[in-house]
Amino acid sequence: MNLIDENGTRIDGRKVDELRPIKMEVGVLKNADGSAYIEWGKNKIVAAVYGPKECHPKHLALADRAVMKCRYHMAPFSVSDRKAPQPSRREIELSKVTREALAPALILEEYPRTAIEIYVEVLTSDGGSRGAGITAAAAALADAGIPMRDLVVACAAGKAQDHLILDLNDEEDKEGQVDLPVALMPNLGEVTLLQMDGILTREEFETAFKMALEGCKKVYEIQREAVMQRYFGESRPINKEA
Amino acid sequence: MPGDLIAEGDFHPLANTYRVGDKVYSLRVGLSEVEGNKVKVIPLTGPYVPKVDDVVVGLVTEVSAFAWTVDINSFFPAFIPAQSVFGRRFSPEKDELAREFDVGDAIVAVVAAFDRSKDPMLSVSGPRLGRVPNGQLLKISPVKVPRLIGRRGSMSKMIEDASGCKLVIGQNGYLIVTGPPEGMVLAAEAIRMVEDQAHTSGLTEKVERFLAEKLGLQPPAAPEGGANEGRTPAGDGQAPEGSASNNSKSLEEEERE
Repeated sequence: MNLIDENGTRIDGRKVDELRPIKMEVGVLKNADGSAYIEWGKNKIVAAVYGPKECHPKHLALADRAVMKCRYHMAPFSVSDRKAPQPSRREIELSKVTREALAPALILEEYPRTAIEIYVEVLTSDGGSRGAGITAAAAALADAGIPMRDLVVACAAGKAQDHLILDLNDEEDKEGQVDLPVALMPNLGEVTLLQMDGILTREEFETAFKMALEGCKKVYEIQREAVMQRYFGESRPINKEA
Repeated sequence: MPGDLIAEGDFHPLANTYRVGDKVYSLRVGLSEVEGNKVKVIPLTGPYVPKVDDVVVGLVTEVSAFAWTVDINSFFPAFIPAQSVFGRRFSPEKDELAREFDVGDAIVAVVAAFDRSKDPMLSVSGPRLGRVPNGQLLKISPVKVPRLIGRRGSMSKMIEDASGCKLVIGQNGYLIVTGPPEGMVLAAEAIRMVEDQAHTSGLTEKVERFLAEKLGLQPPAAPEGGANEGRTPAGDGQAPEGSASNNSKSLEEEERE
């Protein structure tokens, strides 16, 4: 399969450093304490946050901070061949990865002995669903009013047919050489997730990592706008005193 | 917004903010306020965190031999020790707790003691505290309660006057409305309006206009004088027969919004 043509145009018509279209909405679920919906390329993902609430079973509760429970799950109809609904090895990994990407942002000590539950449900999947899930889950956490040092956004870079590319779609992820998902706390400039699948030289890694960070910052604008829309109905410039 | 830079320089971070070096960032979605060198964020969303001396409305969820467990819309269940109701001479063999409060009862209480390492303890000894005999339970977001009360109670008083109902507002976001049925509908609508538009300015005027409009449209059966008459019996906890049974029923059904 030819992923990138001689003009540097990718299989879905993007340039190498271009993101897929992203749409986000916050506060989509009535019964959750916080929620967000994201459409990122062909990804369609709902994230819901419940809590802080009493931790059950009680023996899992921690005396000095809240417990984070996170479930990344793909709907059986989210892929072309029906996926068995029970969590697969991959989903268990992504649940852990999502939890650990979000944990540094949360002030869990604020609510000891409680649990914060995060559910990321993938309705339609494309490449980069962990990044989209983390981005949506962070917005849902903010919507739930859980104290966070910063929002978290994620974006992947990678390599396909010897080109470094931003924001891999499903084909590029499967057929390409490298996938490098990165999650970032944009205001603090701290990376909370860095995975790499494939082999890059040191120079390639540094370029790809920078591309991913740039991607994260673009995603952050969309994410921030979505949370703003929910609470102020209009966008406001950063740092403006309310 | 979480992570937003609010102030830079020699500032003291108060509620919902944190400082890194000389930069103060927000922890929550909310409105920032800078007073002198103090910075805080008033949250627009979030759970109810019990505070000592808060008046709360709770629902009894469990009755044991020694205490009641009460849902106060927080992440911890609250409890009322039986001794605080029956006194020192309380004996678990002789005193039947369910006679005082039973599962499903709504109560008004104050938070007697709380820190985050223990579950909150409530007290029902005091004027206007204890079981609620009738009324309708409404739930709003706890961060919007101050807006519903308004400056020195102006907002809640306005709604009470217009609807002829009595409002009991718990800091935890549970409220109880008692009064004539049509007044309760009006009050509920106004409360919903306050909740939806809590972050906007000029809200008091908007609600005032809304209430005036609604009262103007209502049939002459409930003019302003009538609304005030309806208030007195409801305030005594002796609403007219018909509406009393109505009220207690809606309470049991525990309206979930």
